[in-house]
Amino acid sequence: MTLDEISIILVYSAMAVYAIAFIAYAIDLARRSAAATKAADDAKSAVGASAPATEAGAATGTAGAVGSAAASGGGAGTLVAAPPARGASVAWGRSPALRVAVAMTVVAWLLHLAADVTRGLAAGRVPWANMYEFALTGTLVITTVYLLVLVVAKHDLRFLGTFVTGLVLVLLGIATVNFYVSVVPLPPALQSAWLVIHVFVATSAVGFLALGFALSVVQLMQARRESFAASAKAVKQNFLATLPDSATLENLAYRVIIIGFILWTFTLMAGAIWAEAAWGRYWGWDTKEVWTFIIWVVYAGYIHARATRGWRGSRSAWLAIIGFSTVLFNFTVVNLFFKGLHAYSGL
Amino acid sequence: MSPRSDPDALSRPDDHIDAPQRDAPSSDEASVSQPKLGFVGWLRFAWRQLTSMRTALLLLLLLAIAAVPGSLVPQRSSDPNGVTQYFADNPGLAPVLDRFQMFDVYTSAWFSAVYLLLFVSLIGCVIPRTKHHFDALRARPPRTPVRLSRLAGFTERPLPTGETPDAAIDRAAAELKRAGYRVERYDLRGEASVSAERGYLRETGNLVFHTALLGVLVAVGIGGGFGFSGQRVVVEGQSFVNTLAAYDSFNPGRFFDDGTLDPYKLSLEELDAVYETRNQEAIGQPIDFTAHVSVQAKGGESTPGVVKVNQPLRVHGTDVYLLGNGYAPTITVRDPEGEVVFTDAVPFLPQDANLTSIGVVKVPDGLEEQLGMVGFFYPTQETLDSGAFTSNYPDLVYPVLTLNVYQGDLGIDGGEPTSVYTLDPSSMEQLTGGATGVESIELMPGETVELPNGLGSVTFENVDPDAAEGDYSHSVSRFASFDIHDDPSQGWVLVFAVLIIAGLLVSLFVPRRRMWVKAVRRRDGAVVLEYAGLARGEDPGLEEAVASFATAHAGASTDAAAAAPASETAPPGESADDRANPST
Repeated sequence: MTLDEISIILVYSAMAVYAIAFIAYAIDLARRSAAATKAADDAKSAVGASAPATEAGAATGTAGAVGSAAASGGGAGTLVAAPPARGASVAWGRSPALRVAVAMTVVAWLLHLAADVTRGLAAGRVPWANMYEFALTGTLVITTVYLLVLVVAKHDLRFLGTFVTGLVLVLLGIATVNFYVSVVPLPPALQSAWLVIHVFVATSAVGFLALGFALSVVQLMQARRESFAASAKAVKQNFLATLPDSATLENLAYRVIIIGFILWTFTLMAGAIWAEAAWGRYWGWDTKEVWTFIIWVVYAGYIHARATRGWRGSRSAWLAIIGFSTVLFNFTVVNLFFKGLHAYSGL
Repeated sequence: MSPRSDPDALSRPDDHIDAPQRDAPSSDEASVSQPKLGFVGWLRFAWRQLTSMRTALLLLLLLAIAAVPGSLVPQRSSDPNGVTQYFADNPGLAPVLDRFQMFDVYTSAWFSAVYLLLFVSLIGCVIPRTKHHFDALRARPPRTPVRLSRLAGFTERPLPTGETPDAAIDRAAAELKRAGYRVERYDLRGEASVSAERGYLRETGNLVFHTALLGVLVAVGIGGGFGFSGQRVVVEGQSFVNTLAAYDSFNPGRFFDDGTLDPYKLSLEELDAVYETRNQEAIGQPIDFTAHVSVQAKGGESTPGVVKVNQPLRVHGTDVYLLGNGYAPTITVRDPEGEVVFTDAVPFLPQDANLTSIGVVKVPDGLEEQLGMVGFFYPTQETLDSGAFTSNYPDLVYPVLTLNVYQGDLGIDGGEPTSVYTLDPSSMEQLTGGATGVESIELMPGETVELPNGLGSVTFENVDPDAAEGDYSHSVSRFASFDIHDDPSQGWVLVFAVLIIAGLLVSLFVPRRRMWVKAVRRRDGAVVLEYAGLARGEDPGLEEAVASFATAHAGASTDAAAAAPASETAPPGESADDRANPST
């Protein structure tokens, strides 16, 4: 069996484990919704159905009780106090599903890492020289950034696992089915140290921007829920009640995205330096250069929106979502259907 | 979120989140007085609009959208052949698109308008901010607020035993100074305090970032005008001298002076091409192209050099890039008497990955009538089932040249420039190939055949005649297609790019914050030290910074109230909810 065949087997194993992790994350979200609904019901019966208290306020009042209910249901677990929120907030401890999910994510990440390394060994170079390899390494970076943020961040961000494992699973699936190419030598244009730097930094940027996208989506959902709560409309209790409030999510998204933005800026410049050496000009509005520029400008817009009165909040979140859409567009449509000098998909 | 409206806020556009909120009445006033706006008033109003954050944001988004069409439609700058093809494929649509400069998006009036407006907006924003920042750099940190308890990260510690309040504050000032703060002592109503501010670098970084963006634009716009780029095909064993006339094509910048060309001589000694031979998935894929050249300054020594795909040769103020290569079969034509009327290595343009190449031979003089030949060259010839020839490997294993011969008027005597790579057969008679019924001429290196109608003979020269029988690996010369550039502004662009990254890192990661330490005498006579901070811009680590400074300065608090998180150390008379609510 060749190293590349081993790599493929590892990729499929990683996908299987990602799938288990994804299901576990989804179960956790469902349980959160159930807990939030139960909290609201408990609150109603405690206060009395006729009492004019909003569900939001009541849910906060019984947060502790729900937390212990969840803990007793899920075996031993520590309670994580939910941060104070404008709307309702329900404490959510370590559910067993969530613990399984994170453990499976780590296992999948290890398999994924092994797959990437063996692919690199099989090729005798860095494993990011064609579209299959970009996808393999890029998704590895997304998982890595997610796990890294779990360790570093003060907030419990494991709820993002559904998005992260889902995205990684879909991208890996598309890559192995549609983009796979066997190991071939590097064409002269790619034989450069910049391949290692430029492409790796680009994929890292994508890892951070993907997480920023997920946080922005949850932020928008949370903001919508908060505005319902504020207008005292009936709030459907769902998993959002167990998550940080929209302002916290926005701050987290911003911090993740500015890292991605700096990496993207570096990608753009490293690419220009490489283009100068390989193509004889540092900037020539090649389609890939155009889209790299567009992505940079959209995220620059996002950062400005954060500092513009009336644009902070949901509007800037939309810009983060548009930004990540352009990243995905650049990776898929531009690579496959646009003519240009960056014709290295290997397809 | 911490309170942001500062009395002495940074000089920002009105709608910047850090700018002081204008009171509602004043905006009412503005709308009431609007009819009285004079010309200057309108100008001020327009300027204010242009330099507002909202406009900058709008222009940024507009710039992103305006850049899109250039990736959908081929551009003259990067893909001129694509544009020609587009006109051929879409004869109705293309001229309409052309009217809107869709084939020159990045130099078009509308694209330029967007980025120029953006940069004017940027200048209008950066200049007042720079001035304000200059003042701020020389200003003293502001007076300590009367009540610190409402500020971010508020915490208190008992005065360390044996230390006077003044001594404790002096020590705090010294420690803050060591931590990079600018400090100022204030004594208000007998209460010693120190006010400290740090992170001026944040604003410096921001201004450097924006100014460097402007620098890139200027360097590209003006500096780029002094450069040039030119293309030249050089066959092995031949050379070219860096003069305007020697280029196949030449694109000077707006301010380029051709007197500045240094007439050095560049000779191509050998072009090495290496193709994959073992990996079954990638047979024939290029592995390496290396052009071995020699460079000779006017009247100087000749020095060897190497040009590779990712490794340009930088000589005599120009950069030489290897952008293409192919075969240049050496073809000799003799008249019926056997006199040579034409002999040259003719570059053939590669058509596919296996280097099936097309070239044209033009013999204007020496024969009864002008002679033209359209040639196909196959480095490793193979016959398809249809009988057509193709090449199945890019290196020279079984090289075959086929020629279709035309006789008549080449159309080159009129003085109009014609391409050396195309033949206009409109006033010529085809003698071989195609519909003539006469087989095309087919040659391998070293072979000679008679031309039809007794016109003479044509020879495909073997440039390596001493090679072993059947070894064709060096039988045909190769050519290198060099791009030669000079861009004097390139270094400047790089400098500004580095400044952009540096400015960005500093402006996004250096926290700008104020910190205060105050010795307060309680009603019961005990003296406590109060600590608090204020974020100026994004500063997620502020509360932690205040807490750790307090601990470093006065020790971890033994008192239960102080040990708890800041938000719970509510002084008497204040409800904790007040500060937990982020909207305050």
